[in-house]
Amino acid sequence: MAQVSGIADEQTSTSLSSSNSILLRISRFNPEHDGSSQFMEFTVTYERWTTVLEAILDVKKHFDHSVAVRYSCRQATCGSCGMMINGKPRLACFTKISELNSNVVTVEPMNNFPIIRDLAVKFERLFDTHQKIKPYLIRDDSELESDEREFLQSPEEVEQYIQFANCIKCGLCNSACPTMATDSSFVGPQALAQAYRYVADSRDKGKDSRLKIIDDSHGIWRCHFAGSCSQVCPKGVDPAMGIQLLRGYLLGFRS
Amino acid sequence: MKESTIMKIHYGTALAAVALVAVHILMRLTQGFAESLEYESVLANYRFIPYAAMLELILILLAVHGFNGLRVILLELKQGRTYEKAVSYGCLAAMIALITYGSRTIIMTNMGMV
Repeated sequence: MAQVSGIADEQTSTSLSSSNSILLRISRFNPEHDGSSQFMEFTVTYERWTTVLEAILDVKKHFDHSVAVRYSCRQATCGSCGMMINGKPRLACFTKISELNSNVVTVEPMNNFPIIRDLAVKFERLFDTHQKIKPYLIRDDSELESDEREFLQSPEEVEQYIQFANCIKCGLCNSACPTMATDSSFVGPQALAQAYRYVADSRDKGKDSRLKIIDDSHGIWRCHFAGSCSQVCPKGVDPAMGIQLLRGYLLGFRS
Repeated sequence: MKESTIMKIHYGTALAAVALVAVHILMRLTQGFAESLEYESVLANYRFIPYAAMLELILILLAVHGFNGLRVILLELKQGRTYEKAVSYGCLAAMIALITYGSRTIIMTNMGMV
């Protein structure tokens, strides 16, 4: 596709002092009328702090406004801008071009997700599996009486699940998972990690119902412990560990 | 059957098979390799009931473990209600067929039919 060079100095959103340039290759695909994806190439300037998302937005602003990308917070909180960056699932807003150590940056939509257009993918399966494992505290006494205190936890009890509460539902773990690529019914590392997050919460009483949901022919046992989910998580969540700990409950090593 | 129960059987059969196959290999080492595979030597093994029982157990353990492994691989390759039922029942039938065939050999030997 088109080869475009340079961003006009007066129009860039960042200062051009001591700036370098890279070749940004963006995957373009519209399932409504394209047979396969193609790459558009742009030469963009960047600073030490420029993120891949900022480079894509510069391309949208100056060269091609039709590039489809989903983003919102720009600070790795909303989980919207997950994409394949140089072959690895990453958040575009959390990946600096300078840390990629490459003169060519290739951005593609996340693997294992249906493409809406260009870099934007459908999240329905992720949200469905997330909802399936009941991602909320289950208790009989959900309403606090006026004379009761909050559901207190010790620091040790919080430590059991707190890292899993950092999940931002960006889908990078599901994108990296090899089982997700072949098993369309697999519940996925994101939902399994969230199942552990609530099972390990001392306030929750829904352990049995959650374990029943994931103890399925396409549930927790289809994880092969590749560990790629934990490698790519931008928030430091370790879904692979959560899955192994959940298996401990099902095998009777934990209660 | 719950998937966790199936997987407990899967892991259990793997561990037991490793132990029994180790015993089986040690037993084979008591003879030379070529001698161990001679027709009369094999028949003698089948007629020695404790050893034949161990071979039968190894056959069951490996058949259960192997065909469940195959079922898992096939379930990950393709999905669909009919396909998954066919895979599960097909693997169960193949497992029973293999165990039956292997048991038949040992039984026939002990009944003097070989």
